[in-house]
Amino acid sequence: MNKPLDNTLLGRPDPLAGLRDAHVRWQHDYADQIGTEREAVNRSGVAIKPLYTALDWDARTHAGLSAMPGQPPYTRGIYATMHRGRTWTQRQLIGLGTPQDYNARLLEVMAQGADAVSLIPCNSVFRGVDMDESHIELLGTCGTVVNTAEHMDRALQGVDLARTSCAMNDPSPFTLLAFMLAAARKRGTDWRAITGTSNQSDYLSHYVANHMFFRIALPGARRILGDHIAFCQQQVPKWNPMSVVGQHMQQAGATPAQAVAFTIATAIQNAQDCIERGMAPDDFLPRFTFFFDISISFFEEIAKFRAARRVWAAVARERLGARDPRSWRFKFHAQTSGIDLTRQQPLNNIARVTVQAIAGILGGLQSLHTDAYDEALSCPSEQGARIAVATQNILREEAHLTDVIDPLGGSYYVESLTDRMQAEIERVLAQVDDAGGMYRAVEAGLVQRMIGESARQFQRRIDSGEQTVVGVNAYRTEEDASARPINERPDRAAMQAHIDAFKAYKAGRSQGEVLRALDALARAAGDPKDNVFGRVIEAAQAGCTHGEIVATLRRELGFGHVQAMV
Amino acid sequence: MNTETLIPKVLITKVGFDGHDRGSRVVAAALRDAGMEVIYTPPWQEIANVVKLATEEDVDVIGISSLATDHLIVPKLMTALRAGGLGDVAVVVGGIVPDEDERMLLDAGVARVFHPGTALAEIAGFVREAAHGVRARRAHA
Repeated sequence: MNKPLDNTLLGRPDPLAGLRDAHVRWQHDYADQIGTEREAVNRSGVAIKPLYTALDWDARTHAGLSAMPGQPPYTRGIYATMHRGRTWTQRQLIGLGTPQDYNARLLEVMAQGADAVSLIPCNSVFRGVDMDESHIELLGTCGTVVNTAEHMDRALQGVDLARTSCAMNDPSPFTLLAFMLAAARKRGTDWRAITGTSNQSDYLSHYVANHMFFRIALPGARRILGDHIAFCQQQVPKWNPMSVVGQHMQQAGATPAQAVAFTIATAIQNAQDCIERGMAPDDFLPRFTFFFDISISFFEEIAKFRAARRVWAAVARERLGARDPRSWRFKFHAQTSGIDLTRQQPLNNIARVTVQAIAGILGGLQSLHTDAYDEALSCPSEQGARIAVATQNILREEAHLTDVIDPLGGSYYVESLTDRMQAEIERVLAQVDDAGGMYRAVEAGLVQRMIGESARQFQRRIDSGEQTVVGVNAYRTEEDASARPINERPDRAAMQAHIDAFKAYKAGRSQGEVLRALDALARAAGDPKDNVFGRVIEAAQAGCTHGEIVATLRRELGFGHVQAMV
Repeated sequence: MNTETLIPKVLITKVGFDGHDRGSRVVAAALRDAGMEVIYTPPWQEIANVVKLATEEDVDVIGISSLATDHLIVPKLMTALRAGGLGDVAVVVGGIVPDEDERMLLDAGVARVFHPGTALAEIAGFVREAAHGVRARRAHA
C-alpha cells in the first residue's frame, strides 16, 4: 500500500523504517485490544482507518497538492490571507411576513453583527404566483411576500445598496434582482456599484432537488440563465449571477462527495453553455460562486471543502480553459445542515450547529449561515435567529479559530481524507460525464435516483441505530412541550392589508405600460437574440408583478414540471 | 372478509407551495418496501386534485408531507375530502409541524401527525393499521 520512497532504491536507509516497525507493533496491539470491530465508513462511503500516520500522508510527496493558500490548487484556501485577512461574511437568511416585517428584522440582525443582506421570499413567490392567487394561511409564514419593485424598495429601506452585499434567493427569471435594480435606479444608485449574488440561479439543482424553485421548463430555464449571466456581466459587473448549489442536493440526500461532484458538474454545464454563446471563460468564471451544506460529519466536511477547491481548480483550468487565477478559485457560501437538526431536545441543535459551523470555517468558507436551533420545530423564531448570529460571533471572536490559516493542513488524517474525498468526487463526476454531462444526466433522472438511494441508505442507518442521533434513536427523554419556542406567524390582519394594498396598486398602474412590457417580454422569449432578463427588469420598472412576469414566461417557454420519483 | 390480507393503498403527496420532497420520497419508498401500494405525486398538488386522485385510485390512506407550513391548509383538504364523499379515508401528516398546529390538525380529523425522528417502521405500522381500519369500516358500511 505504501510504496517505499525512492531513496531506498538508491541504497540509502528508509527514513520511515522506524515508523514502519512501530506501526506494525501498534497494529498488533490495536487488534489485540479492540476485539471485533465494525468497519467505519463516512457518509460519502469512504472507509476510515483508526489511525493515520506519515505512512498514509507524507508532506514531501504532497508538496504540490498542499501548496500555499492563494496558490493553485488552493487546497489550503483560495486567498493568501484567508480568515486572517478577512473573516467570512456573516449572512443570515431572513424572510418573513410583509416587506415591513422583513425590514424590521433585517435592520435588527444587521445591528447585531450581520454585515450582508439575504432575502428569502414567501413560498408563493417561489412557486411563481402573486399573493392574491395564494392561500392566505401560507403567506409570509416562511418568507417575505415581495411581488413588486415597490415591495423590494420597502423591504430594503435603510440599506445602502451601493455598500451592502445583497443575496437574493431568486430563481429564474430573477424577478427579485429585477425589483432591486428597479429600486436602485429610483434611488439613484449606480448598478455598477451593486454587489451580491443570485443565490438561486442554479435551475439544475432545482429540477433535481429543490423543486419549489423550479418555475420554467428546462430548456427555457437554461436559456434565461445564460441571458442573466450575460446581462449582469455587462450592466451589473460586481454581481455574482451564478451560484452553483450543492446544498439542495445534500439536503435531499446526496452524500457530501456526491453533492460536490454534482455541483461541479453543474458548473461545468453552465460554463460550457456560456462558452457556446461566445463568452470567454475568464469573463464569467470569476463571478461563479458555490453554495454548500455543512453536515455534522466534521472531518469529512473539512476534507470535502479542501478537495472541492482542488477539483474545481483543475476543472476550470484544464477542462474550461480558464487562464485567470480568479476563475480557478472556488468561492463558497455554506449553511449548516438542517437535516441533522432534531425536533427532540431542540436546544441540542445549538451544539450541532456549532460543530457544523466550525467544520465550515476550518474548511475555508467565504460566507456562512448558521441555522436556528428551532428549525426542526417550525420556521425559526426570533430567539433562534439571535442565537444563530451569536454563535457566529463567538466562533469568530472568542474561539481563536481564525488565528491560523488552514490549521488542519498537514494532519495525516485530514490530508489523507482530502485525497480520498477528491477521488470519490472525481469518480461521481465521471459518472455524470458518462451520462453526457449534468443537463443530460438530470433529464434522464440519473442524479435524482442516486440522491434518493443515498437518502434511503442514510435513513436506514438511523433506523437501525448504526448512526446515533441523540434524542431520536438514543438518549431519549420525556420532554416538556411547553418549553418549546413559541411559533411566530405573520399577523393575519397585516397580511390582509398587504393584499388589499397590492390589489389597489395593480388597479392604479398604467395598464398600457404593463401590457407593453409583458408583450416585449413574451417576444424576447421567442427571440434568441434578445435578452430575457433585460426585459424582466423593464417589466419590473413598468410596474409588472412577479406573478405576471413568471406567468408570461411560463406561457412562452413552458411550465416547470419536475419528475415525481420515489 | 379478512382485512388482514389486503394490500393497503396509500397516496403520498404534498399540498401548498413547498417542494422539499426528501421526506415524502423516503416514506413512499419505505411503505412500498413494506408491501403497500403507493401512489406518489410531485409536490404542490391542488387540494381538488388530491381529492380527485384519492377517488380515482380508491386509496385507504393519504399521507401529506409538509416541511414549510403547508400543513396549515390540510383542514381545507379534510373539508374537501368529506364533501367529495371520502370522509372515511385516513389522512396522516408528516414533517415540521409545531405542537399547536398538531392539535389543530387532529381537531380537523387528521388521524396522526408524524414528527422528524420517527422511525420508518413506526410509520408503516400505523399506516397499515389505519388502512385495515378503513377497509373494515367500508366492509361494514
